[in-house]
Amino acid sequence: MAALALVSADALAGEVSRQDVQWLDRVTYGPTTATVNEYSKLGRRRFLDEQLHPRGLRLPQPAADEIAALDISHRSAAELLADVNRENQRINALTEDAQKETSRKALNDQGNKLAYEAARREILRALYSPAQLQEQLTWLWLNHFSVFQYKANDRWLVGDYLEQAIRPHALGQFRDLVMATLTHPAMLQYLDNAQNANGHINENYARELMELHTLGVGSGYTQQDIQELARVLTGVGINATGNEPKLKPEWQKLYRHEGAFEFNPARHDFGSKTLLGTTIAGSGFEEVEQAVDLIVSQPACARFVSRKLAMYFVSDDPPPALIERMAKTFQKTHGDIAAVLESLFKSHEFTDSLGTKFKDPVHFVISTVRLAYDGKPIANTHPIVNWLNALGEPLFGRQTPDGYPLTESGWASSGQISRRFEIARTIGSGNGGLFDPEDGTAATTTGFPQLSTRLYYSTVEPFLSTKARTALDRAGSQLEWNTFLLASPDFNYR
Amino acid sequence: MKRRAFLKLLGSAAPALTVSGRLFAAPASSPRFLLVFLRGGYDCANVVIPYSSSYYYEARPNIAVPKPVTSALSGVACSSTCPSQAIPCDACAAADGNGALALDSNWALAPVLRASIAPLYAQRQALFIPFAGTEDLSRSHFETQDSIELGQPLQGSHDLRSGFLSRLSSVVNGAAPIAFTDSLPVCFRGDSDIPNISLKGVGKPVFDTRQASILSDMYAGHHLQQEVEDGLELRQEVGRVMEQEMKDANRDAMTPKGFELEARRVARFMKDQYRIGFIDVGGWDTHVNEGAALGALANNMDSLGKGLAAFSQELGGEWRNTVVAVVSEFGRTFRENGNKGTDHGHGSVYWLLGGSISGGRIVGNQTKVDRPNLFQDRDYPVLNEYRAVLGGLFASLWGLSPNEIQRVFPGSTPINLNLV
Repeated sequence: MAALALVSADALAGEVSRQDVQWLDRVTYGPTTATVNEYSKLGRRRFLDEQLHPRGLRLPQPAADEIAALDISHRSAAELLADVNRENQRINALTEDAQKETSRKALNDQGNKLAYEAARREILRALYSPAQLQEQLTWLWLNHFSVFQYKANDRWLVGDYLEQAIRPHALGQFRDLVMATLTHPAMLQYLDNAQNANGHINENYARELMELHTLGVGSGYTQQDIQELARVLTGVGINATGNEPKLKPEWQKLYRHEGAFEFNPARHDFGSKTLLGTTIAGSGFEEVEQAVDLIVSQPACARFVSRKLAMYFVSDDPPPALIERMAKTFQKTHGDIAAVLESLFKSHEFTDSLGTKFKDPVHFVISTVRLAYDGKPIANTHPIVNWLNALGEPLFGRQTPDGYPLTESGWASSGQISRRFEIARTIGSGNGGLFDPEDGTAATTTGFPQLSTRLYYSTVEPFLSTKARTALDRAGSQLEWNTFLLASPDFNYR
Repeated sequence: MKRRAFLKLLGSAAPALTVSGRLFAAPASSPRFLLVFLRGGYDCANVVIPYSSSYYYEARPNIAVPKPVTSALSGVACSSTCPSQAIPCDACAAADGNGALALDSNWALAPVLRASIAPLYAQRQALFIPFAGTEDLSRSHFETQDSIELGQPLQGSHDLRSGFLSRLSSVVNGAAPIAFTDSLPVCFRGDSDIPNISLKGVGKPVFDTRQASILSDMYAGHHLQQEVEDGLELRQEVGRVMEQEMKDANRDAMTPKGFELEARRVARFMKDQYRIGFIDVGGWDTHVNEGAALGALANNMDSLGKGLAAFSQELGGEWRNTVVAVVSEFGRTFRENGNKGTDHGHGSVYWLLGGSISGGRIVGNQTKVDRPNLFQDRDYPVLNEYRAVLGGLFASLWGLSPNEIQRVFPGSTPINLNLV
């Protein structure tokens, strides 16, 4: 079946080459008309500069308005946490079972709604933000410093976590990311450090901080180092009440409180510690900053973080020479993420790898919607949340702290591929409610996805493989045509 | 032999169905093996309880499972006046209350497994191997799970593309392996493109034969060709299993849910076609408020136990020809932590279930559970290394030669615990 070209009002400036498209497929969540125009206007170098330092890039108004209308855009983590704690207390004090049940359900619904809003905000940014690199990194760091929304009260906190702890530092200093996640209540709840106190040691977070966030397993630290770091982290916790604890006078000046984060000296182990061969004298929260400085300055940390970035942007098993160069930049710049990325994007290893990275479900779904509907703003993000659930990669949905896999083998098993094809069919079979207003009012626009748009003819069609063309020719309906395109190897690699 | 090479060998004799299971349809007498991996490090000390150790009760002031009341499973009925004289004794359930169920004079089973695993133990179809595990000491979930699934010597460099169940599948005649997971587990990594499909929350297949063949053709010659073909065909098989479920549901109204439903589906898959299976169950990382006889760990165990019991029932007569091993990456700290939970430990307790195993006993090297015997004054030691234990099991299950065992677990010396 031949594709029907829609006449598009948007002009695409100039022709783009296969390599341009592949390059944009990596640096962005997939080209849209606006992306291609900006790229053609600036050229690759200046476009990359803009992506690495996206200060002037603004979210288009419709998406910005939708985000401004969300509850999470008006309430801080501290407020939300205080609310949920108060409500839990009220419910526990209720004597009537029916009342208890109704209130619990209402609270649970509120948690689900807030976590959904956080996912909605992230999806809207991924779809429409011109700062596409920043958005990909926001996802990557969320995955690196992963939290699970169903742990404790994290559904109330994941929005703030992403917006305040992750996104502002996504292209900034790595150390700031570590400190921002370390002091955020979402992480403190998720890895139990909120409960880590002198005499009640919980080493869960201390272990993952070194294993998953900074150094990597097998990089040389020991069980003893984990226990010592856990001692350093005693007293780093949460206080959502706003009331300061009553403290001995010598402790009062060591107390810290910001938002729902609290450092409580009364819960801290003030003994001296030895971490990675360095003595850390008992001093309070300064120990934490000292420990993070020490960890982040290890060559192992530079390599570990560089490797993670290269796995996401270059290949499943990135070339050691590239990692070494990136790690050098990391150490020279004390962990400047944009600088490390610049050395990645300007490497020949990066260029050589274009078109060979299998899309994880997030890239698959977001790039699909960007291709199918281009800049046309969707109203409803529920379908996208559902597709990501079905493909096994929901936001804030990784139960274990290691984050989702970044490799093809993590997403391309037989079971996963057949599911992806089925989702391709679902997406290709109609808009799935993407244009239905979220408030439940009737949809004003319908939109069967027309994948064969001007954008398709400039960025996809010219570069299709013979096998994909043959399949598209065999399609008996628009639905089949859409399904085959989205299921093709051509579309599933970036 | 690589599966792709095998398919070529079949050549024109190959039927339209392309999935390994059908092509490999194993001889009826070939035993089945299912590996159940409890991800997160389950707290074995609260499931198979060392109740003769006073230190257990000392070390867990808040979370210890109470001592047995009756001698429920230890081979004698609870009392000579017991009306049922059955083991386990239903009549004594009330007397047992939240107490553990005695397995022998030292060990007892979590009471939440009374209706599921206890009867299997009483029928000698379940056994437990305390102090089992790996010598990997990272105490990292991910590192330890991977190293167990790779099954290679800890020293030296590792081949990250070669898991032990994949190697086992290449030495067992007609192995027909499959993973019942969302993604392909590390233990099935290898040259032979082993299929996987998750059996939770799946619907009916959506592609007809023509569409499936167009989709497959797009991947002809692509390195994902095998995965694409297997995936499309497995979805058809799931459709057939679901049709059977619908028919059964019309006969009796109870429809199982959660892991039990999944385990029943696994049994249906394994009954006819597949001989080596893998499934994982998560949620065992109980750092906080894990509970004792009741609580978070007990709830998760309840669902696991019910699923495994359902798996044995669904297999019917074929249960005699089936072995299930339940493993986890490590045990947990023997002492409870400051939050009524436990942290990452070392030695675990492995389980073996099956219709004709030598069950009803505690197996393997043992030591007294006491503080001086704890590893690093913190965890169970590992006295039964998993490669030696599983190697010994595989040798007797399929009559594998020492050379074949070496291919599965290089550099390991299998121990024969007379498990089957």
